Amino acid sequence: MIRAILIALTIAGTAASAETLRLAATTSFNNSGLSDVLLPAIAQDTGLDVQLLVVGTGQAIRLGQSGDVDAILVHSKSAELAFVAAGYGSHRREIMYNDFVVIGPSGDPAQVRAATSAIEALQSIASAQATFVSRGDDSGTHRKEMALWTAADHEPADFAAWYREVGAGMGASLNSASAMNAYILADRASWLNFGNKGDLSLLFAGDPALFNQYSYLPVNPERHAHVKAQAAQALENWLVSPRAERIINGYEIGGEALFVFNARP
Amino acid sequence: MVSQDLYAQLHGVVVKRRGKAVLGPLDLDLLGGGFTIVLGPNGAGKTTLLKVLHGVDRLTSGSVSWTVPAKTVRQGQAYVFQRPIMLRRSVRANLAYPLQLLGLPKAEISARVAHWAARIGLSAELDVPAPRLSGGEQQKLALARALIRRPDTVFLDEPCSNLDGRSTREIEEILRDASAAGARIIMSTHDLGQARRLADRVLFLNKGQLEEQGPADRFFAAPKSPGAIAFLNGDIIE
Amino acid sequence: MSEIWAGMAEAFLLIWSLDADLIDITLRSLQVSLSALVIASALALPLGTWLAIRRFRHRRLVIATMNALMGLPPVVVGLIVYLFLSRTGPFGVLGLLFTPAAMIIAQVIIITPLIASITHQAMRELWSDYHDLLISLNTTHGQRIATLIWDGRRALMTAALAGFGRAIGEVGAIMIVGGNIDHVTRVLTTAIALETGKGDFALALGLGFVLIALSLCVNLAIHTLSRTEREGRW
Repeated sequence: MIRAILIALTIAGTAASAETLRLAATTSFNNSGLSDVLLPAIAQDTGLDVQLLVVGTGQAIRLGQSGDVDAILVHSKSAELAFVAAGYGSHRREIMYNDFVVIGPSGDPAQVRAATSAIEALQSIASAQATFVSRGDDSGTHRKEMALWTAADHEPADFAAWYREVGAGMGASLNSASAMNAYILADRASWLNFGNKGDLSLLFAGDPALFNQYSYLPVNPERHAHVKAQAAQALENWLVSPRAERIINGYEIGGEALFVFNARP
Repeated sequence: MVSQDLYAQLHGVVVKRRGKAVLGPLDLDLLGGGFTIVLGPNGAGKTTLLKVLHGVDRLTSGSVSWTVPAKTVRQGQAYVFQRPIMLRRSVRANLAYPLQLLGLPKAEISARVAHWAARIGLSAELDVPAPRLSGGEQQKLALARALIRRPDTVFLDEPCSNLDGRSTREIEEILRDASAAGARIIMSTHDLGQARRLADRVLFLNKGQLEEQGPADRFFAAPKSPGAIAFLNGDIIE
Repeated sequence: MSEIWAGMAEAFLLIWSLDADLIDITLRSLQVSLSALVIASALALPLGTWLAIRRFRHRRLVIATMNALMGLPPVVVGLIVYLFLSRTGPFGVLGLLFTPAAMIIAQVIIITPLIASITHQAMRELWSDYHDLLISLNTTHGQRIATLIWDGRRALMTAALAGFGRAIGEVGAIMIVGGNIDHVTRVLTTAIALETGKGDFALALGLGFVLIALSLCVNLAIHTLSRTEREGRW
């Protein structure tokens, strides 16, 4: 019994030592490896201990709605606007962007390499009925994928068995694609940082339609009085600072920059 | 030396199990002292009678009373079961257990444990786990554990029915010593030879009824009830 | 296949060099599961013993319920605890979600029925052995419980170890209520899930080996304890 109390006190104690902030961020943000670089810098400059919950955009939004986190960092503009409009978030601040890429087997049975646009690439996959892995988890990546299918005049609900919804984060979905040697839409950062590529390679990129904007949304303190609004503001100030700009623009994997800082002061 | 006073009284005692009467209606004046042997065929109710006298069986009707208050009656009693119940501990711990319950000082406990271990010939096995002893050794241990508290009454439920001749003899010797020291022995058996050897008084039970009772020599010489006659004759009683 | 060998090699290196992340995660795993074990045992051991020796009206129902609760899917427990601890839930004000405390709570709920059930079985068997003797010796209620617990201590420890084994290997519930936050609520199982998802097999395998080693120790301890029980030693 005494031991339990001591352990509980230790846990409580460690939590209280530095100012902590809970941030829900997407799996693609974490899998890119950028968070591993940003968080220590944030702690150093602001003294904030950012506790990162790595979830899909859908769950991040729900966490923000229920006030279980202090701020969210997601990449789904329509969901973000709705979040602010409904009063859950105080405002929306654009921070950086990266792009999505189409990954697939190096043999490229659907001839995605030859496509001239993202929509054309997806149409080729659908006509060839080549195996395609979808995030299927209501994340920013998943919503982008759905938007592209719609623009390509396709209804994913009608797809046959070649279309596989795995309901998982970016890394896990890439794992599945690698195992099935399938096509998949991924963010470039996660792809470059992914360790199990197998026979997959990058087949299509560069279309502006694959643009992927990340935004920071603090949870509205008027909705949830307990959120750490000041700390959330401090983090926001840091994320739009020149230091953040240097780190984000300078973050590379294999010599390739992944993110482009585009915050306005 | 052997007291003849009244120790317990049973009035109209009936014990039913699942609707069937296993004992009674039964009246008994139990006179203390020496060896009282409860004799009878299997299923006669001997175990039940012992448990009623020990105060652990619930009566369906009737009453039992002792010369000491009912709540404290078990303090002066000890009970040895047909199959010895061993604590999953060493021989030493088994012997010490009843004394620890009483809160006796450690020195006293050690002394009594050593004495009784020697008495039952297990001095060399004090640290052996009791469950590993042979049947005879376990029963001797159970008896020693019962006597270590110096009870005034000892109940034994067919204690030698699963033992060989040697163990039986050793147990009977210990019981005789205990009786000589003043303990009241109330023991059930269906071994006629043992009954003849030990009994001062006999209670003959048959089909839950106390068919006959009396001094041992009179009972064995001239049994009166048909059940007792048949039993002593060696007939099977159904 | 070669990737797995490469992963294993790196894993051994991490363990050998006592990698800081590995140590941090392992210690937290032990902290969470041991805390859950202590609390669950404090609840389950007396409950199981008491159920074994007391007769009361709804006893059978309570025992049946306790045994059924062992089959609670851990991930569902996690979901329910999450809903209770979320800010929108009844205990939201405590701010326990995504902390080790939440993980301990979920694990306590999961392993208490298991420990109580094993305890109850062992104590019931022991009580039926000792019943006549302890009543004959005029023991008090407290003396009976003390005797049963002491003589049944090996079985009780087996129950506790079984609970610990269940807790240390659990991943669904603590992922949900803990959030797998780096340096805060990341433990062996959730870290393995994360690293595997990232395709980083080296660290995942290293963590896996530690977890396997812990599990093996627990099961060996159980095995040794039940053997000494059967042989009547100690």
